[in-house]
Amino acid sequence: MSTTTKAKAYELRLYVAGQTAKSLAALANLKRICETHLAGQYRIEVIDLMKTPQLAAGDQILALPTLVRRLPEPIKKIIGDLSNEERVLVGLDVQPIKE
Amino acid sequence: MKKKIDPAMTPSLSKSPTGITGLDEITGGGLPTGRPTLVCGSAGCGKTMLAMEFLVRGAAEFGEPGVFMMFEEHAAELTANVRSLGVDLDQLVKQKKIALDHVHIERSEIEETGEYDLEGLFIRLGHAIDSIGAKRVVLDTVEALFAGLPNHAILRAELRRLFRWLKDRGMTAVITGEKGDGNAITRYGLEEYVADCVITLDHRVHEQISIRRLRILKYRGSAHGTNEYPFLIGEHGISVLPITSLRLNHAAPTERLSTGMARLDEMLGGQGVFRGSSVLVSGSPGTGKSSVGAKFAEAACSRGERAVLFAYEESSAQIIRNMRSIGIDLAPWVKKGLLQIHASRPTLQGLEQHLLSLHDTVQAFRPAVVVVDPISNLTSERSDAEAKPTLMRLIDFLKQQQITTLFTSLTTEGTDPSAAENSQVGVSSLMDAWMLLRNVEFNGERNRMIFVLKARGMAHSNQVREFVLSARGIDLVDVVLGAGGVLTGNARVAQEAHELAAAELRRDDHARKLRQLASKRKAIEAQIAALHAEGEAEEAEVTFAIAQETLQEKTTQQNSAAMSQLRGGTNDNKGRKIGNSPTKAKQ
Repeated sequence: MSTTTKAKAYELRLYVAGQTAKSLAALANLKRICETHLAGQYRIEVIDLMKTPQLAAGDQILALPTLVRRLPEPIKKIIGDLSNEERVLVGLDVQPIKE
Repeated sequence: MKKKIDPAMTPSLSKSPTGITGLDEITGGGLPTGRPTLVCGSAGCGKTMLAMEFLVRGAAEFGEPGVFMMFEEHAAELTANVRSLGVDLDQLVKQKKIALDHVHIERSEIEETGEYDLEGLFIRLGHAIDSIGAKRVVLDTVEALFAGLPNHAILRAELRRLFRWLKDRGMTAVITGEKGDGNAITRYGLEEYVADCVITLDHRVHEQISIRRLRILKYRGSAHGTNEYPFLIGEHGISVLPITSLRLNHAAPTERLSTGMARLDEMLGGQGVFRGSSVLVSGSPGTGKSSVGAKFAEAACSRGERAVLFAYEESSAQIIRNMRSIGIDLAPWVKKGLLQIHASRPTLQGLEQHLLSLHDTVQAFRPAVVVVDPISNLTSERSDAEAKPTLMRLIDFLKQQQITTLFTSLTTEGTDPSAAENSQVGVSSLMDAWMLLRNVEFNGERNRMIFVLKARGMAHSNQVREFVLSARGIDLVDVVLGAGGVLTGNARVAQEAHELAAAELRRDDHARKLRQLASKRKAIEAQIAALHAEGEAEEAEVTFAIAQETLQEKTTQQNSAAMSQLRGGTNDNKGRKIGNSPTKAKQ
């Protein structure tokens, strides 16, 4: 784990299509997980492909919602509404903080 | 047929032409407009090529821009692949006629958690369609998603939605799919979702020669050719060879063409063969088939027409050299550009491929005469049933172009003379004229004979001619009927010599008789002369005798006078003088 807390070690991008139940759920889940385990180390960018469809090809987006971990390298993708916290953490390669 | 799904459809299903040679013929106009078509087959059978050509031709020829969404190849790879067909994909992309999108999904990069859908794919596709106003869509190969996405249940549901969505947007789509194991049309059962039109491609190897086949498995709402059609991927893309869809409606010119052999023309009603007809020259090895073919081509060139010679046995240099030995010089015509010789090994490629290259050559060169030497080599590794439709297609094509064609065909020489005829039954029915060359072994030598087996629409000779190849060229000689039947070669020459000798003998005989007559006449004349002479001699003798007698008489008179004088003693001197006279007379 990185010790530098202020620099945004985790650059995350969430692709969604409009305000669907799945997108809203995914965003809510993501925020919760990040606050819990990556407080202060992350930055989330939400891209609505309904508005900017040309961005879909760049990250090879197919399924929605898709969470892309752009930093740290390598790029990782998590598809789905991120309802399974454990799998999201595995996907992001984040050690869960134990209570 | 089944009830049409889309009520907005016009009574007759509207179709989007693919521009692929032959495919539009067997589909009756193309793929169903606004509906997805599934193209499936095993690896390397030409799915991507077909889909690409559909899209490129649509964009370039029919003004229908298209989106190519690839799941396997990269855009750069695809561009390189189609460049070999003479298509500049980059240019089309720049002109906004084609949009390429490479969808790549890496299983290892993806973690799955919770609910999702493939809206991203829809958005990408929708964006691509909107950016160029596409009418056509290709998804190649959408099955790759099955490997990338773990949740097949979601994937299937989304694919169903995708195809429905394409239909709703009125996209004429081609979706490719890998052939499944066993009887399955596709590995993941895509045919469940794409039910409007299914085309299967097949690539098999038969006798070491690959053959590609295309079949329309299903075409909802439309009649279509149901056979398996051979197809080829050539220099200009895909060509399907639809055989049975061709109608027999070519024109029948009445113009006649010389075969280049005056005596052969004479056998064909005096004028040669019809323009645009197909002529078969068959015969066992070494009967002179190629020579007839070369002569036919040469005759066309000397009329100022173009000719193409397709040779499957000899190289073009070899043909030119060998034909020169029988007085046919092809080299000047080649130099002039009137004659093209295409020599290749028949095993180089399959029959269809050969026919395609033949087709392309004919299209490019536009000859009046085509010679294929020999056709039997092309069909040798194929069964008659397979080869015949393909040849029929070729012959029909050439006829439609009004190209006069001469095919030579090798037959096996058997003991049964009709074997040669029987072995050609498959092809011969397609031919308008058929000449058979045959070796006849007789009297310790083999000789060539030619006869016209059939010639549609013209009075033709029923005679067998001897076919003589010499440095002076090809000559057809009347055979001589001898006591033992038809005589050829030396036997014919001998018979002719024999007849000549007999004639000479007769001539000699006549001369002798004339001479005899003359001498006889002379003898008679001599006799007459002799008789004349005899007469003259007799006359002379008689005259002499008369004279003598007269003299004697006179002498006697004188003597008696003298004697009487002497007795009278009147004239002494007179008596002496008179006395001398008788001695003189006696002398």
